[in-house]
Amino acid sequence: MSDETPEQLPDSAGHFGRFGGRFMPEALIPALDELDAEYRKIQSDQGFQDEFAKLLREYGGVPSLLYDATRLSEAVGARILLKREDLNHTGAHKVRNVLGQALLTQRMGKKRIIAETGAGQHGVASATAATLFGLECVVYMGEEDTRRQALNVARMRMLGATVVPVSTGSRTLKDAMNEALRDWVTNVATTHYMIGTAAGPHPFPAMVRDFARGIGVEARAQCLELTGRLPDAVCACVGGGSNAIGIFHAFIPDSSVRLYGFEAGGEGVSTGRHAASITGGDTGVLHGARTYILQDEDGQTIESHSISAGLDYPGVGPEHAWLHDTGRATYEPVTDAEAMDAFALLCRTEGIIPAIESAHALAGARRVARELGPDATIVVNLSGRGDKDVETAGKFFGIIEERS
Amino acid sequence: MSLAPTFEKARADGRGVLIGCMPAGFPTVEGGIEAMRAMAAAGVDVIEVELPYSDPVMDGPVIQRASEIALAGGVRTADVLRTIEAVAEVGVPVVLMSYWNPIERYGVDRFARDFAAAGGAGVITPDLIPDEAQEWLAASDRYGLDRIFLVAPASTDERLAMTAEHCRGFVYATSVMGVTGAREQTSSAAPTLVERLRRFTDLPVGVGLGVRDGSQAAAVAGYADGVIVGSALIRCLLDAPDPDSGLEALRALSADLAQGVRAPSAATEKQ
Repeated sequence: MSDETPEQLPDSAGHFGRFGGRFMPEALIPALDELDAEYRKIQSDQGFQDEFAKLLREYGGVPSLLYDATRLSEAVGARILLKREDLNHTGAHKVRNVLGQALLTQRMGKKRIIAETGAGQHGVASATAATLFGLECVVYMGEEDTRRQALNVARMRMLGATVVPVSTGSRTLKDAMNEALRDWVTNVATTHYMIGTAAGPHPFPAMVRDFARGIGVEARAQCLELTGRLPDAVCACVGGGSNAIGIFHAFIPDSSVRLYGFEAGGEGVSTGRHAASITGGDTGVLHGARTYILQDEDGQTIESHSISAGLDYPGVGPEHAWLHDTGRATYEPVTDAEAMDAFALLCRTEGIIPAIESAHALAGARRVARELGPDATIVVNLSGRGDKDVETAGKFFGIIEERS
Repeated sequence: MSLAPTFEKARADGRGVLIGCMPAGFPTVEGGIEAMRAMAAAGVDVIEVELPYSDPVMDGPVIQRASEIALAGGVRTADVLRTIEAVAEVGVPVVLMSYWNPIERYGVDRFARDFAAAGGAGVITPDLIPDEAQEWLAASDRYGLDRIFLVAPASTDERLAMTAEHCRGFVYATSVMGVTGAREQTSSAAPTLVERLRRFTDLPVGVGLGVRDGSQAAAVAGYADGVIVGSALIRCLLDAPDPDSGLEALRALSADLAQGVRAPSAATEKQ
């Protein structure tokens, strides 16, 4: 493994060291092979790359700004540059992935996409891309989440998607993913599964990374232009890990740049109520890949907990597992309370309401700032905006009443 | 112990092998053992014990529900091994169907050792393809276990050949693209898949997904060596008003299916 550089990973079978691969029913292997072949083709297909860039630019609002957050910097004690993915269309970095996959779906001649969603952000993004490309869209969502996130269900339906509430298992994101996989195995000839993060069986982790890696490519160039040098650290939140791998990837060869991924520590890793797969889990196989997962002694998946629906998943993308094992990136948990504290800080210093997911990255950046000191420059991926979280945050801070 | 003699004998008798599936720990560990022994006594040739798993992506609603009941009852991997031992004791060959993570978590070599010691014949691995199975290939060789990988109508010829080459005991052909569950008709894709598979292997072929009664079993036995039935058997227990009538329904369906595989239809089933 030592002679491999990160850019060459995964290997041809989708392995990042001992992680990744394909742990999937044989019925889906031909579809994964087809997707892999198409994914390889587009890498060197200038036509595809131009079309993708044009879509991102004219529809997605990309490249996003790198904002020199001086008031936040003053409060935190280091120079913080915010990568404003929250300003993208649909409100998060996820638009990059769905536009890329929709373009790919069109190339494969498939007319239907399915997606899983937790709080509904990836569902909304998928419904958006499907509408733009004239594709049928079915979104699987835990029954409990469809009630808690009624507004996002309405958004998806407004965009023409069918939302299917999932009432099996723990009725959460992982069960929505199970149900999407069951749909896929049944309808694979006509359907593309638009996975929402850099996880799942090969080629999804690599493909989603490549659709999101523009975040880091842009941030690197923007930082050099703004400051004349590379940042000392890059911080991102990690659930499945698409925004984190998206911003990390271009910096991996820059050994002077520290990479930090912040997992959802929930009520604290020691309480068992968290979603920190790397710092609080073990190696295992879930949803098609070997990675770090939350599991019991018998290998049964343990339910995750986080105030942030987007990080509330008991697994993580395999490339993060590999970056952790090699030590290239550092992963730490951030509790709900720390994240909400950072959420409030950004609201009050910069007038920006972040997604609670991204608030985990901000909370982590505060720690990194204490460690690196006032001369440090830290790029933080502000992966999404907080409109969707206003109710959760309002209740957390006691500024709106609980609905009975 | 291997499944080979069971298939050889059935082939000589001109009939199919009936493979009946039941999750361990459903409705309880003891209740599951009793159900599986009842199936064997009523004519099921091979018992397929399913290891209940939190995320069974290949399974339809019936097996999901039974697995949830088993997990809610606190079934552990050790209970699954105990079930296998208790069922194998009555002289019926036992295979396990398990998603990969519980086996990996137990330790692949250790699992193969303990499974063989419990009298298990082989393991069906629905989410493990031979491409990722190096450790399992070695462990199953070491302990002389059958290993049954799945093929599907969408599998290419190359993958059919490669997968069959790594199987021992039999090859599991999923007859429809989809999850487990009884259907009105088994798919017409199944005979085609079995025919394609036979170009690459002399191993017996078992067909699963969708069989719910004796006449469907007879139809499948007309072109396949093994008939795999799961959801329809499990439903006998799920739908029963009380355990005794559940077991009674289970015995009746097992006997009906056993009769079906003994009277293979010559013609391929029509849609």
